[in-house]
Amino acid sequence: MKVDRRSFLGLGLGAAAGVAVTPATWKLMDDSSIWTQNWPWTPVPPDGEVTFEDTVCTLCSGNCGISVRKINGRPVKIEGTTGHPVNDGGVCLHGISALQYLYDPSRVKSPMIKTDDTWKEVSWEKALAHAAEALGNIRKADNANAIACITDNDKGTVSGLFKRLTTVLGSNNYYTMDTMEKAWATTIDAVNGVKAHVGFDLKNSDLILSFGSGFIEGWGAPVYNFQVNARRKTHGIKLIQVEPRLSNTAAAADKWVPAKPGTEADLALAICGVLITKGLYNKKAIQADDPSFKAFAKMAQEKYSPARTARTTGIDVASIQNLAMAFADAEKPVAIAGRGKGDSAGSTREFAAVYALNCLAGNINAPGGFWLMDKDPAEVWPSIEMDAMATQGFARAKFVETDTVDSLMAKVTASAKSPVEALLVYNANPCYSLKNAKAVTEAVKKIPFVISFSSYMDETTQLADVVLPSHMFLERREDVSLTGPVPLDITALTRPMVSPLFDTRHPGDSVLSLAAAMEGSVAASFPWESYDACLEAVKAPVWKALSEKGSVVKEPVSLVKKIERMDFSLLLNDTAVVAAEGDEATYPLVLMPVDNIRLTGEIAASPFAVKTVSDKVLKGTDSFIEINPETADQLRLSQGDEVTLTTPVGSAIVKVNLFDGIMPGVLAMAHGLGHTMAENPYVGGKGVNVNALVGPVMDAISGLDAAWGIRAKISRV
Amino acid sequence: MSELEEKTENGSTDSLEMGVSEEQKAEGDSGIGAGVLFFIAAFAVCFLSGWLLFPNLLYSKKEQPFNFNHALHVEEMGGCDSCHYFREDGSFAGVPKLAQCVDCHAEVMGDTEDEAVFVAEYVEKEKEVPWLIYSEQPDCVFFSHSAHVVGAQMDCVSCHGHIGESTTMKPYEENRITGYSRDIWGKNIWGFKKNSWDRMKMDDCAECHEKETGSKGACFQCHK
Repeated sequence: MKVDRRSFLGLGLGAAAGVAVTPATWKLMDDSSIWTQNWPWTPVPPDGEVTFEDTVCTLCSGNCGISVRKINGRPVKIEGTTGHPVNDGGVCLHGISALQYLYDPSRVKSPMIKTDDTWKEVSWEKALAHAAEALGNIRKADNANAIACITDNDKGTVSGLFKRLTTVLGSNNYYTMDTMEKAWATTIDAVNGVKAHVGFDLKNSDLILSFGSGFIEGWGAPVYNFQVNARRKTHGIKLIQVEPRLSNTAAAADKWVPAKPGTEADLALAICGVLITKGLYNKKAIQADDPSFKAFAKMAQEKYSPARTARTTGIDVASIQNLAMAFADAEKPVAIAGRGKGDSAGSTREFAAVYALNCLAGNINAPGGFWLMDKDPAEVWPSIEMDAMATQGFARAKFVETDTVDSLMAKVTASAKSPVEALLVYNANPCYSLKNAKAVTEAVKKIPFVISFSSYMDETTQLADVVLPSHMFLERREDVSLTGPVPLDITALTRPMVSPLFDTRHPGDSVLSLAAAMEGSVAASFPWESYDACLEAVKAPVWKALSEKGSVVKEPVSLVKKIERMDFSLLLNDTAVVAAEGDEATYPLVLMPVDNIRLTGEIAASPFAVKTVSDKVLKGTDSFIEINPETADQLRLSQGDEVTLTTPVGSAIVKVNLFDGIMPGVLAMAHGLGHTMAENPYVGGKGVNVNALVGPVMDAISGLDAAWGIRAKISRV
Repeated sequence: MSELEEKTENGSTDSLEMGVSEEQKAEGDSGIGAGVLFFIAAFAVCFLSGWLLFPNLLYSKKEQPFNFNHALHVEEMGGCDSCHYFREDGSFAGVPKLAQCVDCHAEVMGDTEDEAVFVAEYVEKEKEVPWLIYSEQPDCVFFSHSAHVVGAQMDCVSCHGHIGESTTMKPYEENRITGYSRDIWGKNIWGFKKNSWDRMKMDDCAECHEKETGSKGACFQCHK
């Protein structure tokens, strides 16, 4: 038998026919199509019981209520808690991506000690002993006051524990980072000599006159404001935005008033002048024969006449008068201040001018108005024990009088040997978020011993000697007080949503362990077995409600009786005008840092949030500066050109983004980029940190950083 | 006319009448014969492989961690929903978790070897039993037990058959290509079914939906 072509043909046909009459072909067709729809390498999340647990987001000062969706106990999604007084079911893009902070690659996974610039993971006992020894040596050298501590704010029991630790160690050098809330508090204190919390009843107002506040770009309690913005149409709330740049808030406003940067206070005073001239202020709220008001009225009418102010601000006379009329015509107008997100302080003069405007409107503690509140922290702390070293140290003068980290760092920079010998940093990243970040970094490098309690290897933690890593907020129980300017007094409880992923501790427990390791009076001042026990004891007045409901919402205590009338004297001198650093001849332009809702300040934004940033702000690893096409023409620049941006404090290579919405001669650059977190490639190394290009300008009254920008120049690379 | 042309012109006649020898003819016949033979052989091999070998090759067989007697539990506990219950939010709990079993089986209750394994290996070690689920649908399919059992008042047997009456667990057969359980396609390799519970493919859902609701339904109802 000869095997030829026909044999093969027969073989092939036979095989085909044979297979065709079996189920194999048809079954394989089905199976292969299913296979293509369920690629085996595509991860399939495990199915299971769905549960929701409520906690509070502490990524910003808004403290939104969040509900964590879990599958078989594993958190998979974050939603806003319906009915929560701050956010009522809403949530921002940072809140929904908070789970990414849990799995952040730059998380510090265990305590670490740095020797010769090399990190080594160590046990908690070893790290605590190392830190306690260093602090003990400083105390033994009778230099306890050289121990300083920085926290984000002084609210709640965790900050309370840090403050207590600083005190019992023997130091009065406890500082908090600047915020709009702090600036408002210092302003009210400077004007009326009263400690107050400020809130704005925006939901019930009918006209919001915003002086540079990024009302829908993360200002204060962001989600609360998104919801106010949504009410604008249904409740007829008008928004007027005073800002040199067409921000998202300005674009969404009913009117945009592009005043020159840094002249917001002038405009507010001019509006006050017009209201006084036309007698359109609330006569009940103002005592006409009050000498400070009389002097203020004269000054506002003369020095800040519309004609003069038109020249300063670039806003024409008619517009100034129209603004004043709109404010006077509104039934429940409210003026707000605090630049961008309100993550930084600001000029006392500007805040006081806006306060004056609200006083003239007679809206202090009125519905839809400006609220001055007394918030009771409802905390009971046991007495402390101070040994001789502590008493001696505490009696010494504080390094800087005002509670501002900028000044502390300036003092370290100015001294040949750092007066601060040990620095404790919790929930703050001064090496990134303070202005002139490079100088701050150098200052921190001069401090011999730095202990970081951060959950992440952020810029400040990179310079630490010991890291006692904290659980991140989804892993811990903690009381938080709303600091956003909302007219509510809310204390809420965060709850652990997940068991800690790494060998971290609750920061409260870290303080207790550190104190225990210090022994003596330091240990004795912390009588609690654990942070949980401390929380329950200290928050005893509200603990039942707090632990059962998760939050205590109180009507704020009005301070309107305590502050009968505004004292206008503070506004009578001009010593507190905040000018941009740098001379105009060398630096013909002005650089303004701007806040972007998609980016964050203190803590780096999540990978998801960074992905949503426009490629006109960040493209690849390049930061962009906004420049008016007219200015760009003069400098012969076009879209995407690479330029060197130089300011009196630094320079960086950035790209040009032509933007009609920015005033000629002004440059804008987004905050929140240029993190150097090498472990987190999603955020680290992307863009330029604008804080490294802008220096702080200390306010003459409050001592807080009031810089709104800096003079700058650009040249082609 | 050249010699070559002449040959070619006459060639056809030659080849028909004289050019092909008897030997050549015989060879040609056997060529076709071999082709047929090969055809038949290949057909037979492929046919038999397709019917006998393929179904066995397509599925891998896995045993459950230990045997479970549904009949016994139904008798002791009552209906299916004693263990396969609906959660408070209406979602279906599916295969019970260890915590549920432990309610009764904190210690060995009966005298079967399987229960001894269960208590020793899982209850005492607080380990979930890695049951292989015969009716597991892929992640791209959304199915609400509540809509069918509570809403449409269907009984479990309609889709799951008489598993509640079984005393042993059959081996779990996994499709090597798709990773699905064999119960989705059905035991019959052609996909033919006699009972509503013999198959759990999309067409089976559609068939019932068309019968009961007049429409096969839209894609997004299940593929969300």
